[in-house]
Amino acid sequence: MRTLIFRTIAPYLTSLMVLFSIFVLLRGHNDPGGGFIGGLIAASAFAIYGIACGVSPVRRALYFHPMAISGFGLLLAALAGWLSIFFQVPFMTGLWTKISVLGLPVDISTVMFFDIGVYLVVVGSITSIALALEEREHG
Amino acid sequence: MTADGQWMTFLALMLPFAAAAIAPFLTGLFRHNAAWVLAIAPALIFLHFTGFLGSVAGGETISGGYAWIPSLGVDFSWYIDGLSLTFALLISGIGTLIVLYAGGYLKGHEHQGRFFSFILMFMGSMLGLVVADSFLTLFVFWELTSITSFLLIGFDHSREASRRAALQALVVTGLGGLSLLAGLLVISAATGETSMSGLLAAGSALREAPLYMAALLLILGGAFTKSAQFPFHFWLPNAMEAPTPVSAYLHSATMVKAGVYLLMRLNPVLGDTAAWETILPVFGGTTLIVGTLLALRQTDLKLMLAYTTVASLGLLVMLTGFGSEKAVEAAVLYLVAHSMFKGALFMVAGLVDHESGTRDVTKLGGLRAEMPVTFGAAVLAACSMGGLPLFFGFLAKEEIYAALGFADGWTAIFTLVAIIGNGLMFAIGFAVALKPFLGPKVKTPKHAHEGPVLLWLGPVVLGTLGLVSALVSGLSHYFVSSPMSSAVAGETVSVTISTVPHVGLPLVLSVITVALGVAFFMTIGRGRAAMAAVLNAIGWGPDKGFDQVMRGLTRTSYRITGVVQDGKLDHYMTVTFVAVAAALLIPMVLFGELPSMPSIPAMPFYEWVVLLIGVIGLGAVIYARDRLTAIVSLGIQGFAVALLFMLMGAPDLSFTQFMVETLSVVILALVMTRLRLSPTDHRPTREKIGDVVVSGLCGTALGLMLLKVTQVPFNGELSEFFAQNSRVIAHGRNIVNVIIVDFRGTDTLGEIAVVMITGLAILALVRIRAAKPADTATKEG
Repeated sequence: MRTLIFRTIAPYLTSLMVLFSIFVLLRGHNDPGGGFIGGLIAASAFAIYGIACGVSPVRRALYFHPMAISGFGLLLAALAGWLSIFFQVPFMTGLWTKISVLGLPVDISTVMFFDIGVYLVVVGSITSIALALEEREHG
Repeated sequence: MTADGQWMTFLALMLPFAAAAIAPFLTGLFRHNAAWVLAIAPALIFLHFTGFLGSVAGGETISGGYAWIPSLGVDFSWYIDGLSLTFALLISGIGTLIVLYAGGYLKGHEHQGRFFSFILMFMGSMLGLVVADSFLTLFVFWELTSITSFLLIGFDHSREASRRAALQALVVTGLGGLSLLAGLLVISAATGETSMSGLLAAGSALREAPLYMAALLLILGGAFTKSAQFPFHFWLPNAMEAPTPVSAYLHSATMVKAGVYLLMRLNPVLGDTAAWETILPVFGGTTLIVGTLLALRQTDLKLMLAYTTVASLGLLVMLTGFGSEKAVEAAVLYLVAHSMFKGALFMVAGLVDHESGTRDVTKLGGLRAEMPVTFGAAVLAACSMGGLPLFFGFLAKEEIYAALGFADGWTAIFTLVAIIGNGLMFAIGFAVALKPFLGPKVKTPKHAHEGPVLLWLGPVVLGTLGLVSALVSGLSHYFVSSPMSSAVAGETVSVTISTVPHVGLPLVLSVITVALGVAFFMTIGRGRAAMAAVLNAIGWGPDKGFDQVMRGLTRTSYRITGVVQDGKLDHYMTVTFVAVAAALLIPMVLFGELPSMPSIPAMPFYEWVVLLIGVIGLGAVIYARDRLTAIVSLGIQGFAVALLFMLMGAPDLSFTQFMVETLSVVILALVMTRLRLSPTDHRPTREKIGDVVVSGLCGTALGLMLLKVTQVPFNGELSEFFAQNSRVIAHGRNIVNVIIVDFRGTDTLGEIAVVMITGLAILALVRIRAAKPADTATKEG
């Protein structure tokens, strides 16, 4: 599997896929996509990187343990749900506001943070499983 | 009552928990002197509750609370009448002394802060238990006392005996707690009431309910285990493994009285029936005699006291069971007296142990010169326990005999039981209070001298209180005994007994008791030897029985686990899939819900082609010679399905399906290399046939079900709602995503939690294998 071509191309492929996964995640609310699919794409990206170049570069690149990323995602999703407590509305009610980024109006919402949480949970869990399995393979 | 007062009471109920939270920090700062600071909490609570004395003595009750779970009609509420107020005062008052005592007793112990924390938590739980109004509040606090008691008994967790005792207490009282819960549920089902105040107001509704007997037995199950009635008494002496402050507080003054409290609380609604007036006196009387006889056998000061506590609890249950006005008064007086003298005696025993290094009564003697203050406190407490005139215990004993009398054969038996029990308790009480101090000096492991003020303050205060409260009996009756008796009896009762002896039958019986007690005291050595011989002859007791039951339980569950969880993955898989097939097929066949033969749908040719690709993929899975090919072929089938989703207009679904298929092929391939499976399938034909049948059944069942689902009329209400509201309410055009993250967001939250937990579990499994040395051999990838 670790051919020269694959090894050379893998980092670029992985970066592209991660970028694409973030794109898919953010467009999810209006077009096909979302946190779950985005997470799966990013997880496969890391799996590919791991197969091509070994597990330790992936772990180094991720910096955090994938399971920690997953845990953070769950926390983020739960917090996004809890935020509604401060607005006297039921748990998980979506809250929206508009902010301006570089002069452009951008809709921002708890729903988006929730979706990011889903993304992180999926990326983290599946990556950690894949990496753990690959680690043994490459010893 | 005012909102302010309500707030204050709530604060008082929560204060022990707050104190428990800061106790370890305070102990870190002030060492054992933190006790002085921490004792402020129970002292404040005590003061708060004394504020109610006046109005409660005037016949009022105080109730308050907050809605807890309004949708279920559950409240956090309290109800303070004479009964709960007396208990609250005992808990907070003795609690103050115990905290101080623990400061001296565990001085220098590395976990003293933790101990303070536990005992304050217990105090909060016990306080909540006695003032609880709603059944749920009562039950929650009841269980909390069991749990904190477990923590306290097992405080010295490095010793096996204390771990066993803690577990035993938890199992026995925990089972009782379940019984109580069931009893409370039965009561609320029978009467529709969910609170004590409501139940008491409903009068005899419960007695007349057909479920009365069930409710009674279940409640007794809770009360008898908690209050250590025979044959559940064995956990209490074992609980003496706990440090002495715990024994003094939980296992004599407060927690073990929770069962008695419950019986007293329910006496107006459950009592006054033939069942009540038979079961309670019989069990109580048996416990009284068994407890005193077993106490006689002991030489350890704490164990002697523990068994007399069992006996006293029996006496209380017996009196509550009689239920007459006098009997209730006697129970109330004895309960208050017992809390004071037994608490004091336990603290004395701990003090002697602390100072001399032993608490074996046969190895102690002549300490009166070294420990005069302790000696004084011990004598005061023992006089009250023995029921000598001028002491509170005397009032209780007079009232007991006045209540029992010699009215008929039935009461005569229990009078006899009470006389023998009281006589033995007299002897044991004085044995504990006198033997270590009188006589020639005996050499002890440590050189004994008077303990610090933290240690002797508690017994001295309680011992003196046993005398003072009897001397001003008018006041104590007005504020404590009468309101409490009224609450227990369910009607206004006025206690009048005073320390001035009245010539009559009760006094005669008292004199007989004292004479009997002195006789027992003189011959205690012989009595002990005789009891030891009897017990050795019997050999088996509930304590041993408990061990046998526990062993049987673990062995049975081990065997069941061995059968159900045999550790073979293919067995698990087979069972799971057979169950899936059965669950789908059997109802469909039984209820004649099989789908009708569908017509061939008109699809464009390219859709047929995709379908064909999927079928080819499946065929390849079956005919593949090695496993890797099979895995990849499974992917082909998955991709074909994803393509179909795309063609049918579900891009999100198809997108996800693509990713899932890709990842599962990758992960399956990785797992295969990881598990070092042989590349080809080596199952024997016999096994293969079985697997084919199972998978065939599963596939058929799922297929039939899907067909059936498409054949029933489709309710488009939800789809329409989502289509209409996705843009308007949730600001999103992608309905699938809006459903996932917004409309059904809570579901998703649960799902991602499952994803993460599954991930953790898989990671753990992978790690376990990696830890085996045989697997660490590396392989070139």
